Amino acid sequence: MILVILNGETRQVRDGSIADLVASLGLDVKKVAVERNREIVPRSTLADVALCEGDALEIVHFVGGGC
Amino acid sequence: MTDTWSVAGRTFTSRLIVGTGKYKDFEQNAAAVAASGAEIVTVAVRRVNVSDPTAPMLTDYIDPKKITYLPNTAGCFNADDAIRTLRLAREAGGWDLVKLEVLGEAKTLYPNMRETLEATEVLAKEGFLPMVYCVDDPIAAKQLEDAGAVAVMPLGAPIGSGLGIQNRVTIRLIVEGASVPVLVDAGVGTASDAAVAMELGCDGVLMNTAIAEAKDPIRMARAMKLAVEAGRDAYLSGRMGLRKYADPSSPLAGLI
Repeated sequence: MILVILNGETRQVRDGSIADLVASLGLDVKKVAVERNREIVPRSTLADVALCEGDALEIVHFVGGGC
Repeated sequence: MTDTWSVAGRTFTSRLIVGTGKYKDFEQNAAAVAASGAEIVTVAVRRVNVSDPTAPMLTDYIDPKKITYLPNTAGCFNADDAIRTLRLAREAGGWDLVKLEVLGEAKTLYPNMRETLEATEVLAKEGFLPMVYCVDDPIAAKQLEDAGAVAVMPLGAPIGSGLGIQNRVTIRLIVEGASVPVLVDAGVGTASDAAVAMELGCDGVLMNTAIAEAKDPIRMARAMKLAVEAGRDAYLSGRMGLRKYADPSSPLAGLI
């Protein structure tokens, strides 16, 4: 297990790729976007990027919003 | 004869863009979008709720394949945050038509034009097609256009205020000076406000609160659709001139 910062909260997660993490959270990878240490991780490479201790991850999606 | 408008090479029939915030629930939101006839909706980009991934999502109710999602940077107060948000939006949605707004302060939600201009330049260089929320200033609108804005979106009044278009003259000056579409963004409160924007020659209107906070949002959505169409027709038909005094509509000849 390693410690990462996921959407602003410190969390213990299993070693593996970002795709593994997204799947373990029960999220549909097609509906989210991921930023790692302020860099976009293209969806096509999520399975190739291994999580590192201390990574800051943002996982976002579209929500209702106006002007 | 269909009256259409185009932004960055994409053509739309509806000139009404609606937001997807502040609704009671997703069902009401989807029904209001349908009643408005809008082909574009604005959406926000936010962190997923990692503790409840099964929570319903907007995309389950408003199909991004049928309705164009326009990711918006509402809530961003500097260029960096706005750019970062739109990079994520592009990755999440896969399209580059976006709405940029960089706010200056919470009280008025007026745009910070310095940051807005800077963000527009960066986004355009990165291949984005930014439609840009701005002050109702014809010079600022021109500067945004030069920086790569594919549409300028001056406020009619502060976001969420429902005050209607406060300065028709400046909105009209922007329309006359622009070579990209002009859409009034923010400030519309009721149908006549939307009609005014269209009568000034704007290419479209964006609104959220006016529909979402109406007592019957679905009916108001329909009213806005009709108002935008009526205003557009009135603009295209070329209104009569103004006179200071009366001019009878019935012939004076043949009076008994």
